[in-house]
Amino acid sequence: MLRIDALQAIYPEVKDHIVVTIMGAVAVELYTIGHRHNFFYLEHAMGLASSMGLGIAVAMPRHKVIVIDGDGSLLMNLGTLSTMARYSPGNLVHIVFDNQSLLSVGGFPTATATGTDLAGVARACAVPEVAEADTPERLKQAVAGALAGGKLTTIVSKVEAIGPKSFHMDLPLLENRFQFKRALEALRQHE
Amino acid sequence: MPVSLANSQVIYEALRACDVKIMSALPETWLVHLIRMADDDPEVTLIRVAKEEEAIGISAGAHLAGVSSALLMQNHGFLAAINPIVSLALLYKIPLLMLISYRGHMGERDPWQTQGGMVTEPLLKTLGIPTWHLSNPQDAQRRIKDAQTLAHASLSPVAVLLTRELMWEE
Repeated sequence: MLRIDALQAIYPEVKDHIVVTIMGAVAVELYTIGHRHNFFYLEHAMGLASSMGLGIAVAMPRHKVIVIDGDGSLLMNLGTLSTMARYSPGNLVHIVFDNQSLLSVGGFPTATATGTDLAGVARACAVPEVAEADTPERLKQAVAGALAGGKLTTIVSKVEAIGPKSFHMDLPLLENRFQFKRALEALRQHE
Repeated sequence: MPVSLANSQVIYEALRACDVKIMSALPETWLVHLIRMADDDPEVTLIRVAKEEEAIGISAGAHLAGVSSALLMQNHGFLAAINPIVSLALLYKIPLLMLISYRGHMGERDPWQTQGGMVTEPLLKTLGIPTWHLSNPQDAQRRIKDAQTLAHASLSPVAVLLTRELMWEE
């Protein structure tokens, strides 16, 4: 499965919710499909998109939060799975695209290429719902199910290590940051 | 345990007076009372992290969601979180209210704490993080509130160093 196809498939499910992504291909591809002010692309601090998602989910329990993570980023902060599982906010959906490589920095294989099983790690950390979805249709179903289900869910999707031709985004990171904060404020006002 | 319960209470009340709703922490001796107070407080969500890096992400998320948070960390936890402080909080102009137990400085008997103690203030200075020392409980309310005010106005991390004089009774 190509990540861009996976993102296309889940876009209708996620577009009205709070979305936090990691840097690199995931950010560029989601941005290209259609940037929205409720999308935040964490352009650095690898590993912390899920921690940010946890902070938002705890702060805004009436809103759904979707984190789009990657294998390289999650491996940098495996402890996040134990922390998320400990508090298990039911409004948090954690999608992990596992392309078994650090694609945007030379394509070196990550530990998932040699057998580390991130869904298994999530289960062992006691994440209440863990799913694996390797086609766009199954991913769409899993995301819709997680959004409807009200339980912290980690969904691991294996994708090919193919990224966009360009990593350019016409969105300075501070613009994204202030846009996103305003979008969240607006959501809170509609509570 | 000679960690000051009375001064921990004063610090906790100062944090609550700042409308802090989310606190992150990693257990550390000087912070035990503060962590218990947060845990027992139905108005506060305490998030115990596996590593302090996570706490920077959690506070960043809380800020963007419009909720005030505070970080309870040892100075070695601050050292562990340097990269996200730089490449999330400073890069993205995220205010952080960091309460840092200042181990390894004057009066320290544990040799293993001393190296971290000696580099804490130079690193805070290098990062340009405004820093208060908190040694007198009478200053707690004012200094913690002022630290939070500056963090929000400057959109920057701010540190309050909890010193041995404040935290340790012997």
